Amino acid sequence: MNEPIAPKPDPSPTPKPSADAPKPAAPAATAEPALKRPAPEISVPGRRQFLSWFTIAWLTFVAATAGALSFVLRFMFPNVLFEPKSTFKVGYPDDYEVGVVDLRWKGKYGVWVVRTVEGIYALLAVCTHLGCTPNWLESEQKFKCPCHGSGFYKSGINFEGPAPRPLERLKIGLADDGQIVIDKSKSFHQEKGELSNSEAFLKL
Amino acid sequence: MAELIKHFFNQISSPVMMFTLGTGLLFLFLSFPGQLTAPKVAGPLGILVVAFFIFGLTDEHFKMIITTPDNVPIVMMLFIMLYFTWYAMRKATVNDMRMAEGKGPLEKEESEQKVLVFPYLIFIEFVVALFYSIMLVVWSLALKAPLEDPANPSISPNPSKAPWYFLGLQELLVYFDPWIAGVLLPTLIIIGLCAIPYLDRSPKGSGYYSYQQRRVWISGFLFCFWMLWIVLIVLGTFLRGPNWNFFGPFEVWNVHKVVPLLNVNLSEFVFIKWLGWGLPSQWYLRELPGILLVLAYLLIPPAMAAKTFCKKAFQEMGAVRYAVAAFLLLMVIAVPIKMYLRWAFNLKYLVAIPEFFFNI
Repeated sequence: MNEPIAPKPDPSPTPKPSADAPKPAAPAATAEPALKRPAPEISVPGRRQFLSWFTIAWLTFVAATAGALSFVLRFMFPNVLFEPKSTFKVGYPDDYEVGVVDLRWKGKYGVWVVRTVEGIYALLAVCTHLGCTPNWLESEQKFKCPCHGSGFYKSGINFEGPAPRPLERLKIGLADDGQIVIDKSKSFHQEKGELSNSEAFLKL
Repeated sequence: MAELIKHFFNQISSPVMMFTLGTGLLFLFLSFPGQLTAPKVAGPLGILVVAFFIFGLTDEHFKMIITTPDNVPIVMMLFIMLYFTWYAMRKATVNDMRMAEGKGPLEKEESEQKVLVFPYLIFIEFVVALFYSIMLVVWSLALKAPLEDPANPSISPNPSKAPWYFLGLQELLVYFDPWIAGVLLPTLIIIGLCAIPYLDRSPKGSGYYSYQQRRVWISGFLFCFWMLWIVLIVLGTFLRGPNWNFFGPFEVWNVHKVVPLLNVNLSEFVFIKWLGWGLPSQWYLRELPGILLVLAYLLIPPAMAAKTFCKKAFQEMGAVRYAVAAFLLLMVIAVPIKMYLRWAFNLKYLVAIPEFFFNI
C-alpha cells in the first residue's frame, strides 16, 4: 500500500497483470506512460469492476426488498370483508310524510329519505365538498354542512358554500313485500343528468 | 358603553372587514416601520391589545372561546407573532438608521466581540429549558385534552374544526375547490418557501436585520404569513361557529343563525345575467369566459410588468426566475382576490366544471 507514494519508477510491470480486467484504464496507462496516471493495483479491482459488483449488490438488495414488500400487497385483499350490505329496506311508503325529510336512517345507513307529492327519493348524507355529514335544518329547510358551510336544498341541489355539485341520490325501488329498497352501491348525479333515471326516484 | 364596544368589534371582525383592516394595518406598519416600532409607540399598542383581551374576558362567550383548551395556543400564537414581528422590524429599523448614518449594522459590531459558549450560552439555554419544562408541566395539568365521544361517521360535530394549524387552510376551503385549497395551495406554499433563496439571490441583508434593503421581500413575506396564514387561523378558530357561519367575537353561537349565501358561478353571471342567453350546454363554451379570465390573469400582468415597472427586475432575474416569481406572486394575490369576489359578489367559481371535478 505504500507503493503509490513512490514516484513510480517503471510503469510497465504494474499495469500488465491487471490489464486483462480493467480494460478502459489499461490502454491509457500503457499508451502514454508519460501521463502520471495512478497505476491500477494488482489485487484491488478496477473502478469499473468494482462498480459492476456494486450494481449487482444494489440490484439484489432492491430485488429482495421489493420481493419482501410484495407480500404486503397480499394484505390489500383480505379474506373476509366486513362491509355492511349496500341494499336495505326502509319500511313502507306510507311511513313517510309528504314534504318531510326523514332522518330515521341517517344514523344507521347514512341516507335521508324524502317524500314528495310525486314520490320518494333517497339522498346520500355525504357532503359533495369534502365528505362531512351535513345536518338537516328544519327551520331553514336546507341541508347544511358543519365543516365548510355548504348548503343544499331539500332536492339536494347545492346553493351555498363551496360544494361543487348536488347531493347524490341513491337507487330506490319497491320490494315484493311493498317495502322501499335503497341500494347504496348505485348513486345518481344531478350534474350528469342522471336524475331522469327511473331508479333514482320512486314514483307513487 | 361596553355593549357599544362589543358591537363595534363584532362589526370589524367580519371576514371582509378583518381582512381589509388587517391589510391596511400591515401596509401602515410597513410604510412607517421606524415610527411604529419605536418603544414609545409599540409599547402602548401592545398594552391596548392586552387590554382588549382583558376586556373580552368580562364577556361570557368571548371568555369561553379564548379559554377552550384547543384555542389557548392560538391566543399565545397571536401575542408571540406580534412580539416577533415587532422585534425583527425594530432590529431592522435600528440597523437602517445606523446604515443611513454610515455605520455598519449592529450585528457586525456584536460579532467582533467574543463570548465563551460555556458558561454564558449554556447557562441561558439551561434556564430556557427549565422554563419550558415547567411551562409544559403546568400546561398539561391545567388544560384538559379536548377528548370527545367515539367517532361516528353519521354525525359531524358542528362546527367541525381542523387542528389549529390547518384552520387557515380550512378557511380557504370555503372559497376554493378542495383540490386547490387542500392540495395546490399547500404545495405552492412549500415550493414557494423552498424557491425563495433561488429567486432572491441578493446578498444584502444576509447576516443582519435590514428592512430598507429588502422592502419587497419582507413586505411580501409578512403579507403571506400574517394575512394568509395567521389571520385565517384566527378567523377559523375564534370567529367560525356552527355551520361554519361567521360569528363576531362577542356574538353567541346560535345554531340557527341564518346567513344567505346564494353563490353564483361566473358562467351564470355572464350568460344569464349579462347576455341573457341561458347557459350553453357544452361545458367548454359555458366556462370559456372563466378560462380566458384565468389565463389572462396569469399571463398578461407579468408580461406587461416585464416591459414596464419590473423591467429592471426582469433583466436581473432572467426569464425563468422572473416567471416563477411572478407565478408565485400571482397565486398569492389570487387568494384574497377570490375571497373578495366571494364576499362582494357571492361569486362561487370562476371556472366550474363539475363534470371533471375541476373548479377554480
